[in-house]
Amino acid sequence: MKSRYDVIVVGAGPAGSTAARFAAMGGASVLLVEKDREVGIPVRCAEGVGEKGLRQVVEPQERWIDRVIKGAYLYAPNGVRVCLETNDIGYVLNRKTFDYDLARLAAAAGAQVLTKAYVTGLLMHDGVVSGVYLNHLGQTLSVQSAIVIGADGVESKVGRWAGLRTHVSLHDIESCAQVTASNVDIEDTHCHFFFGRQVAPGGYAWVFPKGNGVANIGLGVSGDCARTKPAWAYLEEFLARRFPRVSVLTTVAGGVPVARPLRRLVANGLMLVGDAARQANPVSGGGIVSGMIAAKIAGQVAARAVQEGDVSEQRLREYPVLWHRQEGRAHERFYKLKEAIWRLTDEDLDRTAEAYLRTPEERRSLLNLFATALVNQPKLILEAAKVFV
Amino acid sequence: MGEKAIRLKDDLCDLCGTCVAVCPADALELTECRLLIDRARCTLCLNCVYACPFACLEVHDEVPV
Repeated sequence: MKSRYDVIVVGAGPAGSTAARFAAMGGASVLLVEKDREVGIPVRCAEGVGEKGLRQVVEPQERWIDRVIKGAYLYAPNGVRVCLETNDIGYVLNRKTFDYDLARLAAAAGAQVLTKAYVTGLLMHDGVVSGVYLNHLGQTLSVQSAIVIGADGVESKVGRWAGLRTHVSLHDIESCAQVTASNVDIEDTHCHFFFGRQVAPGGYAWVFPKGNGVANIGLGVSGDCARTKPAWAYLEEFLARRFPRVSVLTTVAGGVPVARPLRRLVANGLMLVGDAARQANPVSGGGIVSGMIAAKIAGQVAARAVQEGDVSEQRLREYPVLWHRQEGRAHERFYKLKEAIWRLTDEDLDRTAEAYLRTPEERRSLLNLFATALVNQPKLILEAAKVFV
Repeated sequence: MGEKAIRLKDDLCDLCGTCVAVCPADALELTECRLLIDRARCTLCLNCVYACPFACLEVHDEVPV
């Protein structure tokens, strides 16, 4: 390891490895640090992605894909089921292999990867972030850099250390629990989403098939609604009710920010990407692709800024400007939709499912479903039309 | 009776970091192997207690030393 790099990326999840890869491809010297002993473990994720989005950042590889998904089933609180077929293929990934390979691709592009390396703070020089303090195998090191990219996940500290306001309100966090289970008896060509106050208030439960009877079964509960009962208790009840015969192979907890985009994604010498930047889709909670798209832009901007010798906040703002154009505007709309959806009662959801099933098949679509749900809110239907083209 | 403080039930914590995200006082930090609670910063807002998926944070009375 050198004592100085152009770019240090903190966190080797999909966003971190993507930022490192694109910064290295742009000619920057890059150090990618991961606190855990191995990239890709533990997996705190339902592992679903859309094929089109993923392809914007990386060519999908067969070994990353546990299951190809053709569509989704949505279950209203009364059990009425709606099928959504989209023209975008979905994948349920194997995040262990996926994350590992993304870090490997970053290394192939020239980045140096270091595991068991925990960043304890930022080096600052005249109000500019100039590197990190690192604990690595019992040693405390300081490593300098022109730019630090924080990809340190939902628990991010990097942004806070640089003075960015990354705190998520209780209302805008999904408190999640998930098991990976075997003997799951459900159509494994589709992902399944369950709604209702009994199942997951302010969120939903999911079943994402991984093939051979294995699936990720989990749920997210809005932080607001978790005051009286934690996510894990909701999941235990859901499993007992719906899947009493499964065997649990893995159990994880997690938090998903479903917030408005952050006001500031950059500071002098610092950029944030992925869950650290609260970039998950506020409606679905999906954050892999949106984080990777942001990270690609951030990596490219970082490399250019280093080359120009200007890492000021003003220079780095090219990243949020480009991100806003590509993703952020839609993210704002998704946030408004999320707020409207979570105000719907169980009766509204039942009514929506029943009304949707009465529409002729050729007119059924995700947009049509939203329009049915938000029938009394024409302005929001327009917003939906802009994101579900 | 002592002062109230947030306490972690260590054996339940899954190190997911949800609590860190919702802490407005920057009183929590997740290292590679444990959750650190900075009691001097904690304002007892209880966001972390509510957001924890496994309910492994709780308020308790500190016994004065």
